[in-house]
Amino acid sequence: MNKVLIIGEHDGKNLNPAAAKCVTCAMAVPDAEITLAVFGKDTAAVAAQAAALAGVKTVLRVDRPENEHPLAAILAPQAVALAADYSHVFGPSTSFGKDLMPRVAALLGVAQVSDLMAVEASHRFRRPIYAGNAIVTVEADAARTLVATVRVASFEAAPNGGSAAIESKSLSVALPSHTRYVGAKMGGTDRPDLQTASRVVSGGRALASADNFKILFSLADKMGAAVGASRAAVDAGYAPNEMQVGQTGKIISPEMYIAFGISGAIQHLTGIKDARTIVAINKDAEAPIFEVADVGLVADLFQVVPEFERLLGG
Amino acid sequence: MQKIMVCIKRVVDYNVRVRVKPDGSGVMLDGVKMSVNPFDEIALEEALRIKERVGNIEVVAVSVGVADTQQQLRTALAMGADRAVLVQTDLAVEPLTAAHTFLALARKENPDLIFLGKQAIDDDANQTGQMLAALWERPQATFASKVGIDGAKAAVTREVDAGLETIEVDLPAVVTVDLRLNEPRYVKLPDIMKAKKKPLDVTTFDALGVSAGQYLKTVKTEPPAQRQRGIMVKDVAELVDVLKKKGLI
Repeated sequence: MNKVLIIGEHDGKNLNPAAAKCVTCAMAVPDAEITLAVFGKDTAAVAAQAAALAGVKTVLRVDRPENEHPLAAILAPQAVALAADYSHVFGPSTSFGKDLMPRVAALLGVAQVSDLMAVEASHRFRRPIYAGNAIVTVEADAARTLVATVRVASFEAAPNGGSAAIESKSLSVALPSHTRYVGAKMGGTDRPDLQTASRVVSGGRALASADNFKILFSLADKMGAAVGASRAAVDAGYAPNEMQVGQTGKIISPEMYIAFGISGAIQHLTGIKDARTIVAINKDAEAPIFEVADVGLVADLFQVVPEFERLLGG
Repeated sequence: MQKIMVCIKRVVDYNVRVRVKPDGSGVMLDGVKMSVNPFDEIALEEALRIKERVGNIEVVAVSVGVADTQQQLRTALAMGADRAVLVQTDLAVEPLTAAHTFLALARKENPDLIFLGKQAIDDDANQTGQMLAALWERPQATFASKVGIDGAKAAVTREVDAGLETIEVDLPAVVTVDLRLNEPRYVKLPDIMKAKKKPLDVTTFDALGVSAGQYLKTVKTEPPAQRQRGIMVKDVAELVDVLKKKGLI
């Protein structure tokens, strides 16, 4: 039997939707028994959410004051203490998982499979390299713990309907004091989360200013969509980095992605190629985005956006 | 603060469109332009700016890879690094092996800070800095968009999915850098000439006592599934029509 431990990301109140996608990935491991661990100050609420995910057998709560903020240096030794009982340790390929999991792997003395996109066997996986220009199949030693980050855009979320047992774990692990949380400035938006939204409206350099991005926000709000941006738009200062979609930003898989004024550099396309439907609006008929778009329109976005919003009606 | 170590990786240039070999044994690298990993350039730039601000700091650029990696280390020296060390090998270097190599160098050099790019644009692994910090038993501040040094501490602003997070770490520490930390300087011709005279030491795994592990076996390499080109519509009204028929709006 394979025993898979998933490290669940959360903000103290809500379990990050990436956890449900990690569960689906873990269920693809043959003969897997799935445990989901949450580290925090008080994880009662998030543990209950984790226990409801279909496929999870056990939820481990590791509550201690030091775990209030997810610092990799603090969480890694605790994850390592838990890992002894498992064949696989998975985390999401989010900024949380990318920060934490390699530290866990190194402490265990094993490699990490980053951005796992498909499970082919218990220790054989597929993952993208070169901004998704190539896909490699890699094999790890079955005698060692397998550590991986899960490319969440590659997996559907596990549904609710589970009723896992919730256990509290107290780990006697000495924690370092060399790393301290100071504060955070989060985007804080009422719009859907970019990584899990079913619709995403996105803008590129053609938006030409931060002010012009407001027309996308307005359209997104009408559609109940999240707003993304290309790296070019972020680099130009038109949009904050948390909106960046692509190789160095977020990898997303919405039902519909509407790209306004995005040319479609390969680094951007790697972030959207799992979208169910890609719609592209660009003035340049030769823009590479049209090679991957399901529906394309050669037009000036500044004329399209208001008309599109009007035609959506009320 | 006396010394900053910057880890550099030789990678296929950002502008090259990488293609998979027909036999699935890897990607085509013959005759392809190689460069310093762009994130590592940002890492080096940050080290140089701290040196310029604080003064009296030695910046050491290090790498592990094939003999030709000397080219990328010469670029680092031309940007302003004081000296360079190449751990030369023909083996494919996995992140954990790179981390063990940089650990050995860190123990030799005793830097106050180690900068790396958050990921290399070839394997996109995003692991080496975190692994190095773990093995070195020191703090890690990943995805940095701002680094402030205050005596024996650093305040680092990190780009996380939801926005920006600031942490404080005791030095020595490992910092991996994100795109918005700075814009690397251009190298000028006189700097390239000067860089030729700067010291570049070449060493080996054996000399450093590093055992180069092969942890993951690459079974095959394939091109990604291609999306089909879809339809073009003539105006917004038709666009809305098509999306309605698809049940998307």
